[in-house]
Amino acid sequence: MAKKDFSVEMTSKIASLANIPLDKREVEYFTDQFNKTLEIVDELTQLDTTNVAATYNVTKLTNVFREDEINKRHVLSAESALSNAKNEYNGFFVVPQILNEK
Amino acid sequence: MKNSLSLSEAKKLLDRRQISSEELTRDCLDSIRKLNKSLNAYITLNTNAIGDARKKDAKSNKKGKLNGIPLAIKDNFLTKGLRTTASSKVLDDYIPEYNATVVNKLLDEGAVILGKTNMDAWAHGSSTERSDYGPTRNPWNLKHVPGGSSGGSAAATVADMCIASIGSETAGSVRGPAAWCGCVGLKPTYGRVSRYGVVAMGSSLDSPGPITKTVADAATILEVLAGKDEYDATTSPRDSEKYSSFLEKGVKGLKIGIAEDYFFPDMDSRVKELIINASKILEKNGAEINFVKTLNPKYAIGVYTVIQRSEVSSNLARYDGIRYGNNRNYFGREAKRRVILGTFTLSSGYADKYYKKAQKVRTLYINDFERVFQKHDLIIGPTLPGPALKIGESENDPMFGEMADVLAEPSSIAGLPGISVPCGFVDGLPIGLDIIGPQFSEGLILQAANVYESDTKWHLAKPPIR
Repeated sequence: MAKKDFSVEMTSKIASLANIPLDKREVEYFTDQFNKTLEIVDELTQLDTTNVAATYNVTKLTNVFREDEINKRHVLSAESALSNAKNEYNGFFVVPQILNEK
Repeated sequence: MKNSLSLSEAKKLLDRRQISSEELTRDCLDSIRKLNKSLNAYITLNTNAIGDARKKDAKSNKKGKLNGIPLAIKDNFLTKGLRTTASSKVLDDYIPEYNATVVNKLLDEGAVILGKTNMDAWAHGSSTERSDYGPTRNPWNLKHVPGGSSGGSAAATVADMCIASIGSETAGSVRGPAAWCGCVGLKPTYGRVSRYGVVAMGSSLDSPGPITKTVADAATILEVLAGKDEYDATTSPRDSEKYSSFLEKGVKGLKIGIAEDYFFPDMDSRVKELIINASKILEKNGAEINFVKTLNPKYAIGVYTVIQRSEVSSNLARYDGIRYGNNRNYFGREAKRRVILGTFTLSSGYADKYYKKAQKVRTLYINDFERVFQKHDLIIGPTLPGPALKIGESENDPMFGEMADVLAEPSSIAGLPGISVPCGFVDGLPIGLDIIGPQFSEGLILQAANVYESDTKWHLAKPPIR
């Protein structure tokens, strides 16, 4: 088998990029599993795909356009859009602070 | 009890006013009250179901294809005002402000929604054990799983806790639980049924479909669901068809290939025997049957794993707990595992090796099916390689679902339609026959499935739990 793509460092790094909180035990557990999963995925290298195009859409539809108009039936009111928010202020969603002063 | 009726039987009686929707709905709710503790098929019930049914009775609308029919909906379809969790604690208190297109279409035809059914959280799984609300159990044997991810819908259907139900499939999630629970599951062509308002999983694969007691019922529901949706650009502009008109066309002269590569050497020989027996029924009815070589389905495991994980990592990025739901600490182990691996397979330096390679092998499967369908009208094989596993048996295998669904993955990644129909039992547990056709051949697969069903009695078998 080819060299293992996943190390505990890699798992931690990818998890933080994906904003997935993991504890140390999970990092180890997943690292081991990811390498086993990729071993199965590596079987794909047995198939020659030289000059084979990748498929991104199976029904071969091409660009689908519509008029750039507001569909009033398809718009939520502010009240409705906020109805599931845990934290709102004056009709706005409250988000966690990501910028600090200076 | 009226809840044991099929959709077409119930519709006939409703139209003649021999039963009321209220009666039908009450019987389903009684059955839910009695069985849901042991089966855990429903997560949330519609407390207005009786009221909704009364409205249907007051305003009889024979034109509505589903008028007064109580249905169960998988919990990844948004239902306005009715909690929708996708079986994840991230969405534990989420009340949608709009309906999925599928739900609107069902309501427009007069359906009554009984409630929302259990599933693997985010539809990540093939057993319904990965639900954050506990596993659903198989009505044929409570020690076994119902399959998944639409396990709640399939269990509710065979246990008569509804008249019919709705599921969704990326690769095996409709057909698999239908097979393991002993009912009919139809996975339409990708793009035949709108994904709008379905909690997104593998967006290039997601296909909503009916889970029903009979093939005719699947045809009726597909007629309601199929068609172009302005809110889902991947829906096909092709006209949908009157699928029920195909049912009586028979299989005379149809060329049906048994996919010989779908019989693995280590597969339960009793499953193989049931599929061969099924092929003989189709042959007796005039189909030409032979064995056909296909690209080995085992490679579809890798293709599906990479594509599904990649699309999941992107789709689940939206859950931040700000606009609705809880934050990302609430993701279960399976979702975390899939998001991280998918982020990796899309990451710079690895996307070519994994994601692009998978999409190229996907092309090989599409080409291979095209080759097979030049000489064959349909392909048949087992839906799953064996009967339902025991609860807990797959817990520590991160690839269990992908391995279990190996026979559904090739057709799913190629966007093909397939239908699973009950074809016998192994150790008292149901087995499914999968009938696969070219894209947009839903009529043809229903036609063949109906021939098989009409000549067998498997679909009439009811589980011991009542």
